[in-house]
Amino acid sequence: MATKTSKDKPLSRLKSGVFLLASLPLLNLIVNACLDQLGANPIEKITRGTGYWTLTLLLITLTATPLRLLCKWNWPIRIRRMLGLFAFFYGSLHFLTYLVLDQFFDWSAIAADILKRPYITVGFPSFALMIPLALTSTDTMIKRLGGKRWRWLHRLVYLSAIGGVVHYAWLVKKDLTNPMIFGALLTMLFGIRLAYRFIGSTKPALTTDKQKNRSPDEASRNPG
Amino acid sequence: MTHPTLKIKPSEITPRDIYRSRREFMQLAVGLGAAALWPETLSAAEKLAAAKSTNLAGKEEPTPYDKVTQYNNFYEFGTGKEDPAANAGSLKTRPWTIAVEGEVRKPVTFDIDQIVKMAPLEERIYRLRCVEAWSMVVPWIGFPLAELIKRVEPTGKAKFVEFVSLHDPEQMPGQRSPVLNWPYREGLRLDEAMHPLTLLTVGLYGEVLPKQNGAPVRIVIPWKYGFKSAKSIAKIRFVETQPVSSWTEAGPNEYGFYSNVNPAVDHPRWSQAKERRIGEFFKRPTLPFNGYADQVAHLYAGMDLKKYF
Repeated sequence: MATKTSKDKPLSRLKSGVFLLASLPLLNLIVNACLDQLGANPIEKITRGTGYWTLTLLLITLTATPLRLLCKWNWPIRIRRMLGLFAFFYGSLHFLTYLVLDQFFDWSAIAADILKRPYITVGFPSFALMIPLALTSTDTMIKRLGGKRWRWLHRLVYLSAIGGVVHYAWLVKKDLTNPMIFGALLTMLFGIRLAYRFIGSTKPALTTDKQKNRSPDEASRNPG
Repeated sequence: MTHPTLKIKPSEITPRDIYRSRREFMQLAVGLGAAALWPETLSAAEKLAAAKSTNLAGKEEPTPYDKVTQYNNFYEFGTGKEDPAANAGSLKTRPWTIAVEGEVRKPVTFDIDQIVKMAPLEERIYRLRCVEAWSMVVPWIGFPLAELIKRVEPTGKAKFVEFVSLHDPEQMPGQRSPVLNWPYREGLRLDEAMHPLTLLTVGLYGEVLPKQNGAPVRIVIPWKYGFKSAKSIAKIRFVETQPVSSWTEAGPNEYGFYSNVNPAVDHPRWSQAKERRIGEFFKRPTLPFNGYADQVAHLYAGMDLKKYF
């Protein structure tokens, strides 16, 4: 573990800022719920809102590596774990909204949905795949699994993101604008990764002084 | 063609003084709420008197006014539920004409004021079931579409009625996006259009139809999914062959010509077995023909409703 030095101050400030920002959508939902400002169909609004932010945060998480490749920035990697966990947090809220508010534990209806409704057939595993990633996000788990296996496991996030976009596209009645935007952004992010791999350019290494002081976040700097 | 009369028990008809006082209370409550927020829109709501009121929603209370007027699917003003209330201000509802044409002996273009005075206005409290599995109860004001149809005298060739909504991207900003093939078109079989439940609608909640609800004139077919009830109608066409609706064109496997509310036939992507009534927490089972089976099921006798969805 890196000790708290003056050098880490900007990072901890960045982390606090990101934490606050990522909490805003939830805060917004809670405030609006208390003020009865969630509109005529509050359950739909909560479902849509938590789903939107799950996907948004997943995509932001997946920009860390492209930013390192393109801009040689390392700081996004250092907040990636927090962003990923927020994506999982909103995904959990999204799933719980469906389970409790929408279906109210109607297990047979839920089973039927998972089997018969393509958007739920895709959405459910996309969420479920995030569970092992969240559970293995701790430093201890990274060490226990070893970098190689950990990186392999955490590539599942790609499937979650693709599944999330497909889930969104399949549930809208007609207006595909938002799912298309998410899809285009995700394709772009994958494109950058593939382009760098294809060109065979070496991954820009982290500067040596940072390698000496590897923070837990950097230790988990893949999947690339 | 014979048409069964509506089976309305006398007990289902709310006495005028009771619904009046109920409505006045609602209007007062809504008015105070609205006045606090948007004083200018309150004065815009023009009152519309109805001779009688019939609750055809199993005595259920109507969904509150603000929800009926702020949670709408009206893609001409955007695809979000709150878009129509926000954007429909640009619609000009006067002057307005409806051209009635096609297989009729008396083709005519009605002015909206002629329509409003064509037959005695009545209030009909109907369930509204959206294809997206939510529902409301709405106190509409209008008269049976059959009244208009009789006046134009359909010929023997008239088998279907097509409704064409206004097409004007200037007034309807949602039409600048090709989300549907504009103008919005819907259709009914002639016997469906003649059914006494099919309401030519010019108002709701005791006032002139708000723009976001399909002003100045729309139809309401309470046993079909909401999208069948065309809004802001500019043209009514009597035709021999089954017209293609905008939604059928957009998704032939998902939105059929009939689109009768049917819990046994799912939308290909979601279940239609249950619905959430706006304002309620628990979902409730969806009723065949939205609870109007007694009145309309005979129209589809012998038809495979899975095939003719």
